[in-house]
Amino acid sequence: MKYAIEMRNVSKRFTTAAGTEVVAVDNVTLEILDGEFFSLLGPSGCGKTTSLRMIAGFELPTAGEIYIHGKPMDATPPNKRPVNTVFQNYALFPHMTIGQNVAFGLEMERLPRAEITRRVGEALELVRLSGYENRKPHQLSGGQQQRVALARALVKRPEVLLLDEPLGALDLKLRKEMQLELKKLQREVGITFVYVTHDQEEALTMSDRIAVMNGGRVLQVGTAAEIYERPVNRFVADFIGETNFLKGTVVMATDEPDRYLVRLEGGAMLMASCEHPLQPGQQVVVAIRPEKMHLNGSRRFGPYADNHVHIPGRVQEIVYIGTDTHYDVALEAGPIVRVREQNSGVFSPRLALLGEAVSVSFDAAVARILVD
Amino acid sequence: MKHRRPFWLYLIVVLVYIFLYAPILVLIIYSFNASRVNVRFEGIVNIEPCGPFYWFCQLSRNHEVINAARNSLIIASISTLGSTVIGTMAALALQRYEFPLKRFSEGALYIPIVIPELVMGIGILVLFTTVFRAINTALDLQGNARLGMGLGTVIVSHIAFSIPFVALVVRARLHGFDRAIEEAARDLGATEWITFWRITLPNIAPGVLAGALLAFTLSLDDFVITFFTTGPGATTLPIYVYGLLRRTITPEVNALSTIWILLVFLLLVVIQRVQGQQR
Repeated sequence: MKYAIEMRNVSKRFTTAAGTEVVAVDNVTLEILDGEFFSLLGPSGCGKTTSLRMIAGFELPTAGEIYIHGKPMDATPPNKRPVNTVFQNYALFPHMTIGQNVAFGLEMERLPRAEITRRVGEALELVRLSGYENRKPHQLSGGQQQRVALARALVKRPEVLLLDEPLGALDLKLRKEMQLELKKLQREVGITFVYVTHDQEEALTMSDRIAVMNGGRVLQVGTAAEIYERPVNRFVADFIGETNFLKGTVVMATDEPDRYLVRLEGGAMLMASCEHPLQPGQQVVVAIRPEKMHLNGSRRFGPYADNHVHIPGRVQEIVYIGTDTHYDVALEAGPIVRVREQNSGVFSPRLALLGEAVSVSFDAAVARILVD
Repeated sequence: MKHRRPFWLYLIVVLVYIFLYAPILVLIIYSFNASRVNVRFEGIVNIEPCGPFYWFCQLSRNHEVINAARNSLIIASISTLGSTVIGTMAALALQRYEFPLKRFSEGALYIPIVIPELVMGIGILVLFTTVFRAINTALDLQGNARLGMGLGTVIVSHIAFSIPFVALVVRARLHGFDRAIEEAARDLGATEWITFWRITLPNIAPGVLAGALLAFTLSLDDFVITFFTTGPGATTLPIYVYGLLRRTITPEVNALSTIWILLVFLLLVVIQRVQGQQR
């Protein structure tokens, strides 16, 4: 099995100026496949950027080993690694023209002048900036500078391209455009992308696989759908998309493997799955996505299927957002849940009125039992 | 709405400028004095072939002056080169590395800016004489081979007192320097050495140049430290002028000072231009 990047039990500890030790990356093991678009996703300070910097060679691991295409990196300096980086604030050389910026990496390889000129032209064409060779970085817009940074890294034909929140400084509309453009580019050039972001939507949109990180650890690795549909713990469920959490107690294990009977706060019972072994009496959290819940008010009575759970409550807030309408329902047991109903018709009627007594229902099969 | 500033503020400004520039102006005017004794102004000199620039002509025929000027330029050039290289390295080290006694070494670097020049001059003199005597006795050097004061000692001491100024100016420039561009260069395959020459230096060049020009003017102007460290054949312009003053104050001295002021003024204009470009 050939991996583009392997991190084996990698840790990074820093000592701050005040003398306290900070664990930025805590025993991380990752396998990134050749040619995949892999994202490191997590809140700021979760260790994703430090991980990327260790792959690039700007930081050396305190413990563990990093392999690039099977070769151990040890203390190999950044200039000897077959990877290139697109920096968060682009880090273009301000005293050089765009052409000189892109050519720099090739000059370091001592390629003949003619080949450098040709490849710089190709790279700028790839990012649709032909004709900008003689401009200085400060004469370009943020999006254009971003594309120069991309061209400067790609012109080296690296085995792996590392991207550190490359779209972080762009406005929303440009971000969305660049997301699709980056994804398309990655498919065209066919090299491995390791992409660091704190934006879960960005990660879901672009990645083949995502590693969700928090507190220096990798919590879950999987495709967008795996992470969204089967989050391993409360943090992942909460960080990726919106989730309703209901407290509950394990009543008993069922005959089916990994299926448990859980009593929710307020008394409702449901059967749901969990990969962890659970003990009767154990406190758990049941996670259900808002779009998988339904509202049953005076104007609609939901499908009473076998395994549907109904919980009574009162509508507290109704928010119309175009594609959907959100109903925030205060359950009798206390928690407030959000139900997202799609507005599929023209002027879809409200399913309930503000303050109305309703019940929310969901198929127990979509519920996830989370231990923490 | 315009806010009226009080009149006395303007008055202070005018007085300050008079105190700063009136002596210089008088000095320049007296370099055209018709009288040989430079205490009274007796009209503008007009002796052929130089006309009003008679004292300047006299000066150009004075071999001692030309020698002193050459010494000053040699000392200023070499000491500028030395202090700029060392000062820039010190600024870079203080900016980016953590090392034991860092705070102490940073403070120690800037102390020479504030301690009296006289103290430093005497200190350097004692250091040189002690070390030279020890070496001369140990190696039993005789005659010309004996180590003594001269151009070399002046250059070394000028390098020493210019380093903190250069370091200060370069550090100011480094504050706005984004180290990510150095990482980008390393990432693109550049060694540390190439990164310094092609990325770091071009970006901090205005600061380095400003520091160098400052060191150059400081060296050119210095009297006190030079006075203590100079030796036979190493007379600089300030030392020479001081020597002239002890005899008589002729307009020749004024002519020399005029040229000198213009030169330093020109350098300062260049420094300001360079620093202006930093923004």
